[in-house]
Amino acid sequence: MKVGLFVPCYVDQFYPQVGIATLELLRQFDVAVSYPMQQTCCGQPMANSGCEKDAIPSYHHFVETFQGFDYIVAPSGSCTYHVRKHFDVIEQSKPVQHVRARTLDISEFLLDVLQIKRLPAKFPHKVGLHQSCHGLRGLRLGQGSERVGTAYSKTEQLLQMVEGLELITLDRQDECCGFGGTFAVSEAAVSAKMGKDRIADHQRNGAEVLTAGDMSCLMHLEGLIRRQQSEIKVIHLVEILNAK
Amino acid sequence: MQHADKAATFIQNESKTDWHNASIWRAREKRDLAAHGIPEWEQLRELASQVKDNVLSNLDQYLLQFEEAAKRNGVQVHWAATAEDHNRIVLDILQKNKLSKVVKSKSMLTEECHLNPFLEANGVEVIDTDLGERIIQLRDEPPSHIVAPAIHLKKEEIGELFHEKLGTEKGATDPNYLTEAARQHLRSAFMESQAGLTGVNFAVAETGGVVIVTNEGNSDMGVHLNKVQIHCMGIEKIIPRAQDLGIFVRLLARSAIGQAISIFTSHYHRPKAGGEMHYVIVDNGRSEHLGREDFRNGLKCIRCGACMNTCPVYRRSGGHSYGYTIPGPIGSILTPGKDLKQHSDLPFASTLCGSCSDVCPVKIDIHEQLYKWRQIIAEEGHLNRSKRWSMRLAGKILSNPKAYRRFGRLARWALRVMPSSMVYNRWNDWGKERELPTAPKQSFKEWYQENHPGS
Repeated sequence: MKVGLFVPCYVDQFYPQVGIATLELLRQFDVAVSYPMQQTCCGQPMANSGCEKDAIPSYHHFVETFQGFDYIVAPSGSCTYHVRKHFDVIEQSKPVQHVRARTLDISEFLLDVLQIKRLPAKFPHKVGLHQSCHGLRGLRLGQGSERVGTAYSKTEQLLQMVEGLELITLDRQDECCGFGGTFAVSEAAVSAKMGKDRIADHQRNGAEVLTAGDMSCLMHLEGLIRRQQSEIKVIHLVEILNAK
Repeated sequence: MQHADKAATFIQNESKTDWHNASIWRAREKRDLAAHGIPEWEQLRELASQVKDNVLSNLDQYLLQFEEAAKRNGVQVHWAATAEDHNRIVLDILQKNKLSKVVKSKSMLTEECHLNPFLEANGVEVIDTDLGERIIQLRDEPPSHIVAPAIHLKKEEIGELFHEKLGTEKGATDPNYLTEAARQHLRSAFMESQAGLTGVNFAVAETGGVVIVTNEGNSDMGVHLNKVQIHCMGIEKIIPRAQDLGIFVRLLARSAIGQAISIFTSHYHRPKAGGEMHYVIVDNGRSEHLGREDFRNGLKCIRCGACMNTCPVYRRSGGHSYGYTIPGPIGSILTPGKDLKQHSDLPFASTLCGSCSDVCPVKIDIHEQLYKWRQIIAEEGHLNRSKRWSMRLAGKILSNPKAYRRFGRLARWALRVMPSSMVYNRWNDWGKERELPTAPKQSFKEWYQENHPGS
């Protein structure tokens, strides 16, 4: 099985450790993982700002870069969702269809494709899980609190495989953090307030570490935490799943 | 003023924002409890959505069927293409009957059409009789929520208002005392009224009847006390059969406020003996909206307000920040169709978290429509210039591996070496309350290349 590692642009630039953890995590399993060097961005920043037309060259470039892989795996529900959902505006050639269908968030890949039952990870901390919206409601990585039906969460399922990890319960289990791409800047006041409220929920319930499946939510929350000089640590889900 | 500016002003009073957020979140929690009490909830939503899809696809026929049945029942049916037509029709009915005092209940449509100021300018006294609506009428401001129009006000503010307008004791904040004062005040308004006007929740094509769902029962008071009753409705309020009501009535009160059923579900079919009953059926841009394929299902809305209650932005920015009668997520997908330029900021007043679409009892794809409106707004040139150009530039850099690498390296270097006063200034909206990420020397790509030579 040939797996292409897709590292979102801002993760590549600002959080290389998340890319490294994803790579190491995937290499624990019987898959051939490689990182195609030509990759750039899925185009979401432009498209969510209304400039889908400016994103289209990125869509084509993405498909060209990844079409040769059986699966494309990313440590990001949001970018994965963008590829699967919004690449519908370009011509649906075979490679486009293939890439859209086979781009998966790491949680989906580990649980649905590899069907892993255990992980050799150890992380003896109280962890608060932030359910990133695009993964939760876009990819349905879990049952959002709005919907009626059997509760499940792929992210939680993975965290429960980690030795020593204690998952805390939040007052609001899946409220948005307020990042929202350019929303964070164009609606800075609401964005910051949403983030502060999320952090307070984690703190109130005793989280030592705040994690999520999307580094974009965490970049925003970490920015607020550092400004507040709070104690709570912020790390990506894959860093926990890869912790020894 | 744009949504972002109004929201920023709202948030300046942080404790009030927290209060607003918490009190509206309670409605969301109650909704969750009520919805989770119904195992077939998702099926009900799907059914409701399908019924409404059917209605929108056959709206012309259903409206004619409704009109015919209503006329058979002795109801006078009026068609209004615009808000002005609607207001004029209502005034004509009143003037023909020489009536100058109207009590009104449960109508967002008349808010949309600005009926009150029009009637007042023509010598008609209009009194909104639902408590929340009366409060904002006394304050001379628009509703901030479609179900709870005065949700933005604390009891202290209402005490002050009632002291000034209704003569209650100064400094009174006891909800029972204040509600009783409003009740007495409204009682006299009812007794003096000459006509009753209401909105409509559902108009049943098969029977020609209308259904109004309330908790306070004021629409019934207004209708029962007066010979002339007027019901104003948008063309999208139609449902095909009386039996379909079972779906919507179960969804509506649960979605709105977590009640299994509202206190009053009133069915009106024909005028009372010697009385007159009127329907004013309003288009006001709806048929144009129906023609927009990507956005037409916004007309499925049953005005429960659940999308507002769940919206993390709405709860922290208040209904008035949206600058339209219908605020929140549903307002943000309906308003661009009314005036794209004026409301071009609203589809951006969202993180696209998708919670609105998942609570919506009729499954309107609200957050997907927000995304689509954004594309149209940019296409039509309503983005501000700096955003437009930065996106154009980003599109070029982010699709070109060489440019991407070079720009990334430069940006990280700049962030590392620039003094913080240069990074954090008044143009840096990110940095007002947040730190920027620390820029590492090596990107993942550079690390990978170093560790995987030949890749």
